[in-house]
Parts: sequence; C-alpha cells; structure tokens
Amino acid sequence: MGQMISLSEISKIIDNWLRATFNPTWTLIIEMVIAGVCVIGLFAVLGLVLVIMERKVSAWIQIRLGPNRVGPKGMFQSMADTVKLLVKEGLTPDGADKFLFNLAPLIAIVVAMLLMAPIAFARDFQMWDINIGVLYVSAVSSVMVISILMAGWASNNKYSLLGAMRSGAQIVSYELSAGLSIIAIVILTGSLSFNEIVHSQVDGWWIFKGHIPVLIAFVIFIIAATAETNRAPFDLAEAESELTAGFHTEYSGMKFALFFLAEYVNVFIVCAIGATLFLGGWMPFHIGSWQGFNQVMDYIPSSIWFMGKTFFLIFLIMWFRWTFPRLRIDQLLNLEWKYLLPISMFNLLLVTAMAILGWHF
Amino acid sequence: MSKGLPLWGRFGGGFMFLINYIKTVFSTVKSMLVGMRRTGYYFTHHKEIITEEYPDNRETMHLPERFKGEVVMPHDEKNEHRCTGCTACELACPNGTIKVVTKFDITPEGKKKKAIDKLVYHLELCTMCNLCIVACPSDAIKMAQTFEHSVFDRSQLTKVLNNPGSKIMDGVE
Amino acid sequence: MYRETTIVADENQNLAAKEAGDFIINVGPQHPATHGVLHLVITLNGETIKKVEPHLGFIHRSIEKMCESLTYRQFIYVTSRMDYLSSHINNHACALCVEKGMQVEIPGRAKVIRILMDELTRIASHELWLGAMAMDLGAFTPFFHTFRERELINDIMEETCGARLTMNYIVPGGVMQDIHPNFQKKVKDFVKQFTSKIGEMDEIVTGNTIFQNRMKGVGILSKEDAVSFGCTGPAARGSGVSCDTRKIFPYEGYEKLQFDEILENGCDSFARYMIRIREMQQSIRIIEQLIDNIPEGDFQAKTKAVIKLPKGEFYQRVETARGQFGVFIVSEGGTTPYRIKFRSPGFSNLSALDHMARGSKLGDLVAMMGTLDLVIPDIDR
Ligand code: SF4
Ligand code: SF4
Repeated sequence: MGQMISLSEISKIIDNWLRATFNPTWTLIIEMVIAGVCVIGLFAVLGLVLVIMERKVSAWIQIRLGPNRVGPKGMFQSMADTVKLLVKEGLTPDGADKFLFNLAPLIAIVVAMLLMAPIAFARDFQMWDINIGVLYVSAVSSVMVISILMAGWASNNKYSLLGAMRSGAQIVSYELSAGLSIIAIVILTGSLSFNEIVHSQVDGWWIFKGHIPVLIAFVIFIIAATAETNRAPFDLAEAESELTAGFHTEYSGMKFALFFLAEYVNVFIVCAIGATLFLGGWMPFHIGSWQGFNQVMDYIPSSIWFMGKTFFLIFLIMWFRWTFPRLRIDQLLNLEWKYLLPISMFNLLLVTAMAILGWHF
Repeated sequence: MSKGLPLWGRFGGGFMFLINYIKTVFSTVKSMLVGMRRTGYYFTHHKEIITEEYPDNRETMHLPERFKGEVVMPHDEKNEHRCTGCTACELACPNGTIKVVTKFDITPEGKKKKAIDKLVYHLELCTMCNLCIVACPSDAIKMAQTFEHSVFDRSQLTKVLNNPGSKIMDGVE
Repeated sequence: MYRETTIVADENQNLAAKEAGDFIINVGPQHPATHGVLHLVITLNGETIKKVEPHLGFIHRSIEKMCESLTYRQFIYVTSRMDYLSSHINNHACALCVEKGMQVEIPGRAKVIRILMDELTRIASHELWLGAMAMDLGAFTPFFHTFRERELINDIMEETCGARLTMNYIVPGGVMQDIHPNFQKKVKDFVKQFTSKIGEMDEIVTGNTIFQNRMKGVGILSKEDAVSFGCTGPAARGSGVSCDTRKIFPYEGYEKLQFDEILENGCDSFARYMIRIREMQQSIRIIEQLIDNIPEGDFQAKTKAVIKLPKGEFYQRVETARGQFGVFIVSEGGTTPYRIKFRSPGFSNLSALDHMARGSKLGDLVAMMGTLDLVIPDIDR
C-alpha cells in the first residue's frame, strides 16, 4: 500500500538496528528506555496541547479571544504556564502528612503513565499488546482514586477532605457504568485485547455496525468517562464555587502541575479508549463500496486517524464542560444508580442478544 | 398502589413509571443538546467575539467625552486659565481632594488682586464624582478622559493643575 | 476612646456545635462563591448543612457615619459604594429624600431620565447576577454572554453619566447633566439586542435539566418566613409576597407607567430565579414606554448652592435590584445630616439564609446565595 512512512516502520527500523548492534538483553533495556522517554515526552506534549486547546475552546465558546500574547495567536501560552509552575514554590502545609502529601501527585502521574501502555496508537504500533488490555485499563484506572483520596486526606484541609470523599464516591460509582459499556464491545468482539478490538472493526466501526445499543453504550461511556476524569459537569471533587479547589486546594507549583497534567492525560486516555472501542481506533473511515473514497482514506496515516478521533472526543468533553452547570452530589449518584446503571444493564442484555443472534453486520 | 386494583392496574402503574422514566431521559438529553447547540454556535462563529484588545487598541479606543478620568485645568495658547481662586471646588469636594492656594497679584493700577498660586489636586483621593466641576462658577476645571493613572510612587499622584507661570484669562471674574 | 468589648459566647450554640460527626468549615472571607468578603461558618454533617452563621464586618466602612460629615450634595456619591450594582438607584433614593426635605418640584424631564436610568441599572444588575449565579453553579459560559449585554448598558452610562459603575449622576433637584444626544438611539439598540438575546439564556441556563434540578425545590422560603425575616425584592416575591416598592409606594411617577409586579409562588430558588428573568422584561417594558416620551425642559430644578434641610425626619424608600432600599435622614436644620440610616435589602435577605439552608446540601448553599443576590458592601456598609 502506498502508505507514507509510518510509526510501526520507524519502530521496526530502530528495533532491527539495535538488535544488530547489541545483545538481546541490552536491546530490551534500551528499547524500554526509549519507550519511557517517549511516554514522558508524549505527556509533556499532551499537557501543552490540551491546555491550550481547552483555553481556546472555552474562549471561543465564551465569545472571547483567549490567550493571544505568547507566540502566534497565543499558541505557546501553555509553555509559559509550565515555566511559571516550575519556578513556583511547592508549599507543603504545616499540618499535612508530608509523605502522603508528596506521594499523591506522583501516584496520579504514574497511573496515567501505566494507562498509556496498552493503547494502540497506530497500525502495529503499541507499547504492550497485552491480551487483557481492556481489563488492565479498567483495573489500573481505579487506582487513580487512591491518589485523590490520599491528596485530600494528607492535605489536612477540610475542603480537600470533602472533595476527596466526593471524588471517591463518584469514581467508584461511575466505574460501573463505564465498565458495563466497555463490556458491550467486549461481548461483540469476543476479545479483551485492544489490538483485536481494533481489528474487529476493519469492516466498520462498532458505532456504525452495532446499531442503537452500541450508540447507547457509547453515550454512557462518554458520560462515565467525563465523570471518572472529574471534569465538569461532574467536577465535584474540585467544585470551585463550593470547595475552592477541592482535593488540590493545598497544592502549588509542580505538585499542582502534576495533578493538572494527570487530569489532562487521563482525559486523553479515556478518549483514546473510547476511540479504540467505538470509533475503530486507527482504522480509517470506509464506506461500503466507494473504492476511490476508501483509498483516499487509506492514504491518511493510521496515527492521524487515531489522534483525530481521540481529539474529537476530547473536544466533546470540553464542550460539555463549557456548557453545563455542575451537578450536586446526590444528583450525581442518582444519575449513576437510577439512570446510567439500569440503562447500561438493559443495554448489555440487548447487546448480548445481538451478539448471539449475529444481528450486527 | 391500593389492594383492590386488578393486575393490569398494577402493571399500568409500572408502565406509567417506565414511560415517565423514558420521558425524563429524553427531555434531559434534549435540553443538553439545545444548550450544546448554542455554545457550538458561538464556538464556530468567531465574528461574535467581543474582546477588545486593550492595550493594543490604544490608538483606536474611543472614550466618550463625558468620561470622568481626572480633573484638569485647560489652558489656552497664551498659558492662561479661567480659575479665579474662589475655592468653590474645594468646598464642594467631599474628599478634600482639591486645595486652592491663593496669592495676591498687584494689578497695573497698583491694586491687590486675589489669584491662585497653586491648585493642588490629589488624584489618589479623587472619586471622580464631578461635584467640583459642577460647582466651579467660571468653568475653570473639567474632566479629562485619561485613565491610565498607575504610577510607582504615590507622590506623583499629587498634581498642580495650573501650569507654571500661567495667568488668569482676561475678562474672567 | 473606645470601650473594650468582651464577646460572650453563647453556651448553647457552642454545645450544639460539638455534636459528634459535625464538621465546621469556613466559607469566606476569601472564597470564590461569596463574591466578596462575606464569612460563613457552616456546620456540616457529611454534606448536609446543619447551620449557617454569617459573620459580617469585613468591609464595614461606616458609611452612615461618614455621611454625617458630608453636606447634602456630597453624601449622595458615597451611597454608590454600598450596593455598587444598583448605585444609581441608591443615589436616586438619597436625592428623593433630600428633595422631600427641600420641598422642590423636579422637572418632568429629570424624572423620566431618572426612571430610565434606574431601569437600565436594574437590568444591568440582573444581568450580572444571572451570569454570576450560573458561574456559582459551575457553568462559566453564561457569565460572558450576559456581560455582552451588560456592556451595552455600561456604555450608555459611560456616555451620559461619565462613569460605568459609580455614576453619581443624580443630584438633588434633578440630574447632573442632560442626557447625551446618542442616548435614545443607544437605548433602543440595547433593547433590540437584549430582546433578541435573552432567549439564549433559556437555552443555556433556564431550560437545562441539570440547572432546573439544582434550583427546583431548593432553598425553600415560605411566605410567612419571608415576611418575618424582612426579605424584600425578588427574594420575597419568589415566595409570593407582594412587595414591589414601585407599586406600593410609587415614587417619581412610577404610578403612571404600565408594568407588572412579578410574583411567583414556588418559594424555591427557581422561583427567585424566574422573578429576576421576568423582571428584566418588565424593565424593558418601562424603558420602551418612556424612551420616546422624554419631555422637553430642564434637567435640573433651580436649587440653592448650599442645601439646608428643615429640622425634622425624612424617609424615602425605593426598589433597588435587590429589594427595598430606605434612606432615613434626621436633620437639625444644618447643612449636614444629624444622622443617616440606610435600610439595605441585602442585610435582611441574608438573614434568611440560615433558615433556607438548613438540611440541604453544601452545593445548594451556593445556589441559594446566588438567588438571594447578595452584594456584600450592601450588607456591611
Ligand atoms: S471629582 Fe469629586 S472627588 Fe474628585 S476633586 Fe472633584 S469633587 Fe473632589
Ligand atoms: S477651579 Fe473653579 S471653583 Fe475652583 S477655585 Fe478655580 S474658579 Fe473657583
């Protein structure tokens, strides 16, 4: 195929070269280092891009211009912010549990890093093709709440504690419906591996060939993902007008920046998972028998497809944030237990029936 | 539900609940989409943006002529003002912002005449209430449209409104 | 010389606060939700509010005392600094009160200009309230959208009065300057834009299900309670208490105008919300009646340079954007008042907060404070 130079080819070239130069053990170690550096680099880039994107989206929705001083049209604003956060003093409050207080942001960022591993960024380009990828992601993402609880508890601040408790209740509940909507796809695919899930969508994305039940699962997944990443309208853990800044009230400087970064990276990860499960991952968009059209689509590199879908979902979540008011804690739990959970359970039944009867294309 | 109801009644109750449930879900989703359509409209229509890019627009910025920025005393090209030193403005000011320091000039006829030495104006005390301007009987002071008043030293905010060497205009009593 | 004061703690209150599971948090004086330096001590049980104690005094500037040393022309400008969002209406009340003492007849043109300005101020205040309240509930976007319309009012004010917030345009005897030649055209433009854009708020805020759930059935203030707490303005009218000063004690020719007193019987936050939305439309109605009918003539009556009020007591009340605002002047016959007392709506409205908030969630407190439309300098003076 007339593909442009792709990520998988680059990685293959590097791999071959390393194998030719070093023995297998060293190759592995060097590859791991490269992967680690890449992930950290991706983190930094994601943080910068998503922050500027959020600020621009909010500005345009709010009929403002947004940041426009640093760089062309303010595109380097988030770099300036990063520098500011780096040179700020990282305070630790007097009454805080110092160890936990400093550990919490690290856990947040490490969890985000772990979640990166099984995501398929492009054709044949995946750090770790684990065969239980979906399960791994659901399991590891639950650890996120620990860092929030830790931050809230260790800060020795009442606002933080309230925010952390809210977030605990919220994440634990919303994990259920997020999991159930993910299971809908797992049932249809019959596999827990991200790679296979993407390959199962070669003849059409699940959102198209799964009829209405998958559409419902997709909507529920987006809602639950918004809630799990603590973003408005579910940002009760930080609820600015009630709890000043919720669980990170006491954090400043780089420690705050780590929480901030983790939030955005988590948004990216849930959107990447959403794109993989429902929108075909790196699969290009094909329409049945339009050969010419399909070939044009194939020509676009798979990494672009993946990023495009992911950023579309990220935009959706940002759009939510700048449109809706925040829910109250009891309404939040009502929404989950009275609406999302029953609907997704019923939906799961439909999907299972559909899978057994083979109704999808 | 009451006991006497036949089975279909109970079923009907559950059915009504289900209908209401579905209705709630749909009306919620609809209201969300309506809101998102509005914000989406603004996201895509950049001509609605109303940000004024101050201070880049200093040249084109237009302040109405009545804007109360600071009290000034206009002088004509002969360095003459209209202030007679009557202290009406000092009395009218609620904050003690204005201090009129008078002196006595000797007129050509050899008579003594009251005139201002200095009209001291404390910008940091002024609340731009316009009372002094209204009180002045000879229209000697007016409001200027400046507003960028910040300085590094507070003493710079104490101003003398009459120019050095200025005289009172002929014919102003 | 000042006396030393000892604060005697209320034994019972302290005991009540010590119950197991109670959690006391301080909201304010620096807190994003209080829009000013209000300090609320909230006793929580989990997320449920047991008690709200407002602590005042952080922005007390002793305005009443200050006014005693200022002449009747001078003191009016200070009242702009109380409820800074309806500064115009405060000034209006003071001017009316002084005029009552002076026994002057104000020219018809000045009257109409004053009413127009009052109603514009009311709309501007409600616009800001709408945006700020939506922001309290976590929706940031409406804030900017309402400020777009409010900006037009500010421009009108800037052009005619010379300032955007603390106008000091109303003086005893009339208004300080005549209206700007562009005034009528600009007000008409504003009315046009306002009526075309207010529907957007229905889409983003009023119609939104999350918003309605946050507002409906929250912060119940029954009619009797509203009366007994002395609530006025939209906060009381949301509980069905008819208390619009413009209707009950008309001043300045409000009796000749056609407008409705808005009443809602919901008694909850949503009713108070709807009152303000509908009040803006009534204000537009008033403006539309007057804008083409500004009578010709003087904008100011002839008054003496130094105003002296006869010995006696004078009281005047007006309807600000937040409720009934009263000015009470005791005169000894001199050029400065002997004593001035302001009755500010925010203070009484705030007193109902504890009653409303008990038993609801912490998140609702913010919504309730939003619908009471508290302006802290108005409470603290
Ligand atoms: S504007 Fe008011 S405060 Fe300022 S100098 Fe004139 S009278 Fe005094
Ligand atoms: S500025 Fe006007 S009021 Fe003041 S002293 Fe001069 S003439 Fe009198």
